[in-house]
Amino acid sequence: MTARVGIVVFPGSNRDIDAVNALRIAGAEPVVLWHESVDLEGVTGILIPGGFAYGDYLRAGVIARFSPVMRAVAEFAAAGAPVLGICNGFQVLAEAKLVPGALLRNRGLRFVCREVALLPEHMDTPFTREIGERRPLRMPVAHGEGCYYADDATLDALEREGGVLWRYANPDGSVAGPDDPGNPNGSLRGIAGVRNAAGNVAGLMPHPETAVEAILGSDDGLGIIRSLVVSASEYAATGRVSGTRAMAGGAA
Amino acid sequence: MSDQPAYRFAVNVTPKPGILDPQGRAVEKSLPHLGISGVSAVRVGRRVEMTVRAADAAAARAVVDQLASELLSNPLMELFDVEALG
Repeated sequence: MTARVGIVVFPGSNRDIDAVNALRIAGAEPVVLWHESVDLEGVTGILIPGGFAYGDYLRAGVIARFSPVMRAVAEFAAAGAPVLGICNGFQVLAEAKLVPGALLRNRGLRFVCREVALLPEHMDTPFTREIGERRPLRMPVAHGEGCYYADDATLDALEREGGVLWRYANPDGSVAGPDDPGNPNGSLRGIAGVRNAAGNVAGLMPHPETAVEAILGSDDGLGIIRSLVVSASEYAATGRVSGTRAMAGGAA
Repeated sequence: MSDQPAYRFAVNVTPKPGILDPQGRAVEKSLPHLGISGVSAVRVGRRVEMTVRAADAAAARAVVDQLASELLSNPLMELFDVEALG
C-alpha cells in the first residue's frame, strides 16, 4: 500500500513543492494540508516543509505554532505517528515544543545557503532507518536562524537518550563544533537535527528534500525522506512505528 | 466589551543572560566606527506595545502576562518584563 504523507502548507512556505516531489520519488502519495484545516485527510505521516511561515514575524515558527493545522499535528504526534520538520518546519516544531531546544539567529548573523555534510547518529530510527551505511550526507542548508540551542542539561539528556539524529561534519568527517568550518550556524555540539523523547517527531535544519536526485547534485537526502515514508507505511499497517516508545501524557 | 476601560502596556523581550546575541555583538563591534568607546554587553531585544480592554487593571495585566509568556517570548532563550504605560 502506498503511504499517504501530508505536507503542511502555511502562508510563506516555499519548500512544499520540493517536499511533494521528494515524497513521490520516495514512493509516497503526497497530500497537501492547508494551515487552516484541522482535517489531516487520513495521512499516516507528516512532513512540515521549509519556508517563512507567516513571514517568520516575531520569531521563526511561532505564529505557525498556533495555526489550526498544528493543533491537529500535535494530536497526531501524541498518538505516535511520524512527523518530520525540515528547516522552517523544524523551527515550527521547536516553537510548538514538539521537539526540544530552540533555533537562534546564525552565529555569523548572515543567512547561510550552501552545502553541508550531515552525519547521522542512530541508524534505526523512524527518520534514519533507510539511510543505509553511516556516512556523511551531502545536502544544502538555507536559513538565517538555524543555530541549535538548548541548555547543557537538555543537551546531555538528548545525547544520553539518543535524541540527536544528525550533526554537522567537518571535511575530515569529525563533528563540527560551533566555530568549526563544517558548522554553518554555530549550533551547539554540532547539532543539526533532533527528535523528541518518544522518538516519533524529528526536525533538522538541512534540506534532504532538495537532495533526492543525483542529476541535481546529490541524492544523499533520499534516505531520510524514504525513512519517513517507510515509517508512515508501518504506522498505517500497525498503528505504531518501530524505534519509538509510547510516552505517558503526550509526545514531548 | 468596548465599554471596558483600556489599559496600555509594553512588553520588553530580551535574550537571556548567557545566550549568544549576535545582533548585540554586531552593534557593539560597530561602535568604534562612531568613535564611541567604553560600551559593552550590548543586548538586542524587542518591545511590543498594546492596548488591552478588560474589567480592571489586574485582569488586563493577566492577559498581557499570558501572551508575553506564550507568544511574544520563548522561555528557552528569552526573558520578558511587562510595563504598564497608563
